[in-house]
Amino acid sequence: MEPDKKSPAIRRIAIDPVTRVEGHGKITLLLDDNNHIVEARFHIVEFRGFEKFIQGRPYWEVPFIVQRLCGICPVSHQLAAAKAVDQIVGVRQLTPTATKLRRLLHFGQILQSHALHFFHLSSPDFLFGFGSDPLQRNIAGVLERFPEIALKGVKLRKYGQQIIEAITGKRIHGTGTVPGGMNKSLTPPERDALLTDIDNILQWSREALALNEQIHTEHPEHRDFATLRSHYLSMIGTNGELEFYHGGLRARAADGNAIFDQFDYCDYQQILREEVRPWSYMKFPYLSALGTDQGWYRVGPLARINNCSFISTPLAEEARQRFQSFGHNGLVHDTLAYHWARMIELLHCAESIHALLIDPDITGTELVADQGGHQSQGIGVIEAPRGTLFHHYQINEEGLVTKANLIVSTTGNNQAMNESVRSVANRYLDGHEITEALLNRLEVAVRAYDPCLSCATHALGKMPLQVTLQDTTGKVIHQLTKGVNGTVQ
Amino acid sequence: MTIERKNKRKLKIATASLAGCFGCHMSFLDMDEHLAGLLEQVEFDRSPFTDIKRIGSCDIGLIEGGVCNAENVHVLREFRANCAVLVAVGACAINGGVPALRNYFDLKDCLEEAYLTGTGITNPQIPNDRELPLLLDKVYPISEVVPIDYFLPGCPPSAAAFLQLLEPLLTGQKPAISKSHLHYD
Ligand code: SF4
Repeated sequence: MEPDKKSPAIRRIAIDPVTRVEGHGKITLLLDDNNHIVEARFHIVEFRGFEKFIQGRPYWEVPFIVQRLCGICPVSHQLAAAKAVDQIVGVRQLTPTATKLRRLLHFGQILQSHALHFFHLSSPDFLFGFGSDPLQRNIAGVLERFPEIALKGVKLRKYGQQIIEAITGKRIHGTGTVPGGMNKSLTPPERDALLTDIDNILQWSREALALNEQIHTEHPEHRDFATLRSHYLSMIGTNGELEFYHGGLRARAADGNAIFDQFDYCDYQQILREEVRPWSYMKFPYLSALGTDQGWYRVGPLARINNCSFISTPLAEEARQRFQSFGHNGLVHDTLAYHWARMIELLHCAESIHALLIDPDITGTELVADQGGHQSQGIGVIEAPRGTLFHHYQINEEGLVTKANLIVSTTGNNQAMNESVRSVANRYLDGHEITEALLNRLEVAVRAYDPCLSCATHALGKMPLQVTLQDTTGKVIHQLTKGVNGTVQ
Repeated sequence: MTIERKNKRKLKIATASLAGCFGCHMSFLDMDEHLAGLLEQVEFDRSPFTDIKRIGSCDIGLIEGGVCNAENVHVLREFRANCAVLVAVGACAINGGVPALRNYFDLKDCLEEAYLTGTGITNPQIPNDRELPLLLDKVYPISEVVPIDYFLPGCPPSAAAFLQLLEPLLTGQKPAISKSHLHYD
């Protein structure tokens, strides 16, 4: 699948950059004489060195440094690190108000991130078509042609950001968590302000779900686009319900059978390892019992909706049941169904936010639990918008970090994104001349995963592409660029 | 540095994220509904929000993030060459920010921690493929690589600060950010 030997007849194609947002990725293809795909790779080309430079910092500082890995899901990083810090200071149980504030914060985060991904980034592909005019295929184009859809998307994202701002003081990179709790309560006026918009938010979330459900079920050609029969990993609640903040780990095989269930994430090192490959800065995690070849899996909305036994809120649960029957009660492996699953989660967030805002505990003032004996390490795991996120810190007697390990959500889909790129390349490029439509399809495949290439490197928005064909001596024999006017030259 | 505006054409804005977290770009989107109004006066050129790969001649360039590898240097120089006004947006572009914390360590040690001696690693090795851009020894502020016209501080600057930067630029005025919107977080 990924031959390392390059015979002299093999040509290289580089799609560079696949993204230029939070870090850069690119795709390379190797072709033989007959234009057959020999190899297709998705590389993450950015390196930060977080695991090293966090060493020597005090543990309580970590949540606020680490959230600056990602401006799209900073809350997820802050919360995962905060859960690790809770363990370090010996807190097993937060106060009810602190738990609910953190959950509300996290629902706000997932709502805004999912709205951003669909409306600002992916919707142009589906509203205009994969092969439509690239100049129009962006959020400005959607605002112009479909202003009603675009503005609702903008306001959904805004609402998530307002929740984050109410709890952490800022929309991006605020402060909310402290060891064992939260630093500020939600005042009744703040709560009431958020409640005034909730009916609209619920309605627009339903519409967003309906739109995505329709897009997927009415396009049979979407079913096997970049689709993979894979394993799935996610966190689930005590009763097997969809859960983003705290629970056990569940992994299911492609046939739906359990690999493990309610696994304590503090023991993640027993089940997960990461492989390094020389051609990407992003590592390749795998279930160690299954080995590097068979052990890769998928995370994120598709994994969570496939994995959970039910959803605790009624509208999202109805949607999940329709999703499940679409898969004939088995797992849905369609890669493009990530979008559908993401919108089921969006609706679940809206419903859960509503429930939390009318819960009297949410404006409570008991914010910090008593600390117990300090521990020398902490492990915090959370379901971030893009999948299961692991933070692991070890500290010394002075409370300074001595070792850190992060397995970020997007990393969990590294192998899958590579497999999907290969699948699209094999299906649409193999034996053919390169066309603009092919380049687009590669982008669409990667974008379905909503990769965050700074947490690992994030593919945001429309990916500008340049494809260069070289012979083995490096001589350029063919070049295609999507130019300023959107045409392929 | 101000922009001369001829016959009411839309102004062109290009944006890029170098070694940043994309939070500055997200804060730009935090203009929410104002975005629709702004897009009546400006259009995006090269930006993560569009399909445009090569930057064309632009009125305003917004750069998020510092410079950590050879590719960042290349993109930054292209922006300087094509933008009448170039703005360093956010702490990372202005002084390196959080990614520059690696400057306290040897790059080699950072790579070894991530790929050789870290937790649960199979096939330890330092990625070295020719597809990966050359890392710089340190993370640099963008003003050390090209001249910069304006600095918009904050981590990230708020949406209101972005508006206070852009509105005067759109009418050819010099921007001034009010104290209440100046943050150095
Ligand atoms: S300044 Fe802050 S928000 Fe902007 S890129 Fe840097 S860390 Fe992210």
